[in-house]
Amino acid sequence: MTSLQEAFTKARIQWDKLQDSKVPIFFVGAATCGRAAGASEMLERLRGYIKAKSVDALVIEVGCLGLCYLEPLVIVHKPGAPRVCYGNVGPDEIIAILENHVLGNDPCAQWALGKVTAGELEGIGDFNEHPMLRRQVRRILRNCGLIDPENSYHYLARDGYRGFLKALEIGPGKTLEEVKASGLRGRGGAGFPTWRKWQFCRNAPGETKYLICNADEGDPGAFMNRSLIEGDPHAVLEGVLIAGFTLGASQGYIYCRAEYPLAIHRLELAIGQMRELGLLGENIQASGFSFDLTIKKGAGAFVCGEETALIASIEGGRGMPRPRPPFPAESGLWGKPTVIQNVESLGNLPLILNNGAKWYAQYGSESSKGTKTFALAGKVERTGLVEVPLGITLKDVIYDIGGGIPSDKVLKAVQTGGPSGGCIPAEKMDLTVDYESLTEAGSIMGSGGMIVLDEDNCMVDIAKYFLSFTQEESCGKCPPCRVGTRAMLSILERISAGEGEMADLDKLETIAQTVKDGSLCGLGQTAPNPVLTTLRYFRKEYEDHIEKCRCPAFVCSQMISYHIDRDRCTGCGACARICPVKAISGEAKKPHVIDQHVCIHCGACLSTCPDVYAAVYRRSGELTRYEARREKRDKTN
Amino acid sequence: MKHILSQHLGKRSSLIPFLQDIQKEFGYLSTKAIDELSRSTDISANEIYGVATFYTQFRFSPPGEHTVRVCQGTACHVRRGRQILNEVEQQLKIKAGQTTEDRKFDLERVACLGCCALAPVVVVDDKVHARMTAKKISSVLSQYKGRQTRKK
Ligand SMILES: Cc1cc2nc3c(=O)[nH]c(=O)nc-3n(C[C@H](O)[C@H](O)[C@H](O)COP(=O)(O)O)c2cc1C
Ligand code: SF4
Ligand code: FES
Repeated sequence: MTSLQEAFTKARIQWDKLQDSKVPIFFVGAATCGRAAGASEMLERLRGYIKAKSVDALVIEVGCLGLCYLEPLVIVHKPGAPRVCYGNVGPDEIIAILENHVLGNDPCAQWALGKVTAGELEGIGDFNEHPMLRRQVRRILRNCGLIDPENSYHYLARDGYRGFLKALEIGPGKTLEEVKASGLRGRGGAGFPTWRKWQFCRNAPGETKYLICNADEGDPGAFMNRSLIEGDPHAVLEGVLIAGFTLGASQGYIYCRAEYPLAIHRLELAIGQMRELGLLGENIQASGFSFDLTIKKGAGAFVCGEETALIASIEGGRGMPRPRPPFPAESGLWGKPTVIQNVESLGNLPLILNNGAKWYAQYGSESSKGTKTFALAGKVERTGLVEVPLGITLKDVIYDIGGGIPSDKVLKAVQTGGPSGGCIPAEKMDLTVDYESLTEAGSIMGSGGMIVLDEDNCMVDIAKYFLSFTQEESCGKCPPCRVGTRAMLSILERISAGEGEMADLDKLETIAQTVKDGSLCGLGQTAPNPVLTTLRYFRKEYEDHIEKCRCPAFVCSQMISYHIDRDRCTGCGACARICPVKAISGEAKKPHVIDQHVCIHCGACLSTCPDVYAAVYRRSGELTRYEARREKRDKTN
Repeated sequence: MKHILSQHLGKRSSLIPFLQDIQKEFGYLSTKAIDELSRSTDISANEIYGVATFYTQFRFSPPGEHTVRVCQGTACHVRRGRQILNEVEQQLKIKAGQTTEDRKFDLERVACLGCCALAPVVVVDDKVHARMTAKKISSVLSQYKGRQTRKK
């Protein structure tokens, strides 16, 4: 074992050397998202080339910089030049960058996103001025994409574990005070003040206490926690130590979803490194504090993100919630006082301890302090992971940072909070992002999922989507949740199939209230939110479905009919061949027709009809829609 | 099986890790494996099934050669993830949750793989395929079909 002080010194030297390395370095974003975008193939080419041509260069795999829409991303260090970040780097581009920039004189400005370090380079601006980054305040994500997540020295060199040492120095009481003063609230969804939960647990009788890190990230459309763990696992683990120390816990658990194999791997590695550094085990850093950590893999059940269900799952049973009180802080894992904290809440702790509560609370609104990460996805130009000060408006996030809606489409709504949240309509984009205002609008802040919806998204379909999710994931313990979600889902299915009645809307609202009031856990209590917010803001769209049998977004397939334009069809027969039910007929080289009684509304003909003809069009109610490609063609003609 | 059993000795809280390890080793939870587990842990087979069926991760029949998982998370849904699933279902001629007759492909729906920014997403075995389109999916699938014929 190396002493921590020794490790700090070595880390400093290693890091400084890396900063003015005499050899070129490629920092390749190889988190799950980077790999999905093709980073693995690019890495393979790069490594192969370096080996074959004996180029003296270093390749380091880093986490995600958050500009996922430009992945694969690479930061290139060329000795004597400022570091440059490049986007959309495939196998060919990386070799070009190596040959032309690193070994030549052309910095490849065409792929450059900006300079990461100071200095001049023809035609390349500052990375921090990139439109997606300009408005961000990256604190929790400060290391993501810049350090090697598998090398603990990188974390140590960037003030790693200083927050924990500070906590050891000032003691648990003062640490709690500091966290209280920072105003930190839980980032897992509900926004409960972190210090208060700690206070309960500390005051609870009994020697044995537990801390659980909730890395279940159940919101289907969110990846903040995955990114943070993959990019900077030690930041989360330092938070775990600080919380464990303050609570007087002896054992911690990390409950991570099994869908995140890379995150689990990085956590395992990092925990091993902590042991090496004397940051886990008996009498840590001679402070008298003993603590150990175990990773528990989830087994695929959304409800296990709920505190009491999560506990039941760790205990080895079915992950079913139980009534509270008693709260886990009094009686949790194996009946002992237990605090459960989200990954990002914990990731904030080192910052608070190291920089002080005052620094932390510089950003944020009256009731919501600090910064928050959001997974920006859906119909937005720049998708990825962003970190913004709380109190920023939705508009700023979607337009300034996200770059607005692609393909000249119109923004319709923003979904926050996943299955527990709701849809905030376009006219409310001046809303500030904080716990209270989002709740007032009928949604919740949630853990950070932010899905942008445009005119091509049907709100009835979105409500149906979330309901089918919660209905499937309901553990079935309480009747209002089990039966109510199914009843709401079947009404929504009727409506989207064109068989709804106006009375259904009131019925939906009544059942929603029952489910909200009568459910035991948060899953049931919040399950109606997507339905209620869409009813509140998009009632007209429901009415269209019911009264006019039309889906204005052309999503609800039962309400869409497909037709062939006689004047455009040349009878090439492509649609007739692809149609799975043989609903299309016609003689060769003569216009074809679709038999509406046979058609199953799959839309295969529409996507198959060659662009030059674009003869297939759609109808829903009295609305007709031609494809954009056809309009474009008509314009140019 | 033995080395799995010896790893997590007798603690009730190890039941889920046990099942996960068994599934990792054999691909599924066979009746035989569960019986054996029950005998060596003193947890009744009934109880083990009770726990295992609660979690979607566990399967009770042998898996196909390749597992195709189509993301149905929110970000993928709003970018037509459902169509991708339909397309895969049509191409493999099975529904989600089934295995092709020749046991070459399993088809599963999953809720979010954490690559939402690159939606819609399909994972085959461990490889993530991002920004899928109905057209792209057939070339992805044929890669794997091809690979098998070569193996034989
Ligand atoms: C159905 C359900 C699912 C949840 N899923 C998660 C989750 O995936 N991750 C998470 O951190 N919190 C989740 N929560 C919230 C947790 O129960 C808990 O409030 C949170 O982890 C507390 O940590 P925090 O105070 O740091 O936010 C979920 C709650 C419910 C009711
Ligand atoms: S509200 Fe739903 S998920 Fe929660 S305990 Fe009741 S039945 Fe289970
Ligand atoms: S919603 Fe498909 S990866 Fe997240």
